[in-house]
Amino acid sequence: MQASQIAFYILGVFAVLCGIGCISQRNPIAAAMWLVGTMLSLAAMYVILNAQFIGVIQVLVYAGAIMVLFLFVIMLLNLSQGQDDLRKWPLWVIGAALVAGVAGPLLALRGYTGGRLASEVTGAAVYTDPAAALVAGPAALRATVERGVVGAIAEPLFRTYLVPFEITSILLLAAAVGAVVLAKRKL
Amino acid sequence: MLLGPSLLISAILFSIGVVGVVIRRNAIVVFMCIELMLNAVNLTFVSLSRYHGLSGQVMVFFVMTVAAAEAAVGLAIILAVFRHRQSVDLKHMNILRG
Repeated sequence: MQASQIAFYILGVFAVLCGIGCISQRNPIAAAMWLVGTMLSLAAMYVILNAQFIGVIQVLVYAGAIMVLFLFVIMLLNLSQGQDDLRKWPLWVIGAALVAGVAGPLLALRGYTGGRLASEVTGAAVYTDPAAALVAGPAALRATVERGVVGAIAEPLFRTYLVPFEITSILLLAAAVGAVVLAKRKL
Repeated sequence: MLLGPSLLISAILFSIGVVGVVIRRNAIVVFMCIELMLNAVNLTFVSLSRYHGLSGQVMVFFVMTVAAAEAAVGLAIILAVFRHRQSVDLKHMNILRG
């Protein structure tokens, strides 16, 4: 087993533990800090998965901007004193049932491999070599080597996904205006 | 080679987020659990992008943008509700008009 694989497993366990800490802490600030831990370990996992740009963006946007916004609102509303924050037991049963029904089948994915993905995509019964069946993956690696991490992402972002990208800018403008309007005391 | 483990971690993180949304009453913590679920889906996108090309990473980019917009608007709504009710308890958010 390679060192990067071992690091990936350790980071995965750390991400899950931080997620459990996030939902079990009474203090909202502590919950936010646990969530930052999850996001930072996910950023490191993205780097191991050859998505360095996404890892950097994860640290900057998620762990930086969005979580600072959360902490800002928590501290502004002064919510840190303890209150009874957990719901009554029927909802716990509903939560357990949801997890058993939705995530339980997903746990079977732990043995999923690239070869199985390739045979499902191509329809071939035998497990083929993923690099031969799914040419987009090796092509992406080559593009990253040739054009750099940012350049390789910029190419599909500004060609194939140009229209969604522009719509996203309208969404951000609408969200900024909406946030100002909602948070203002009087219009 | 890390496809299976990352899909497994993503499923576990998503279910932790679902449980958090269901059992917590603090609206801000519920929002954080939604962010946790979005992060879990992002991990799936990134792990599959090694086989399906860079489109998956572009999708993660869009998900992060939408999450930022959602956090801004959602926290503004929570602020507005807090001004009316002096609480962010979801038990008290049961009427549409304050």
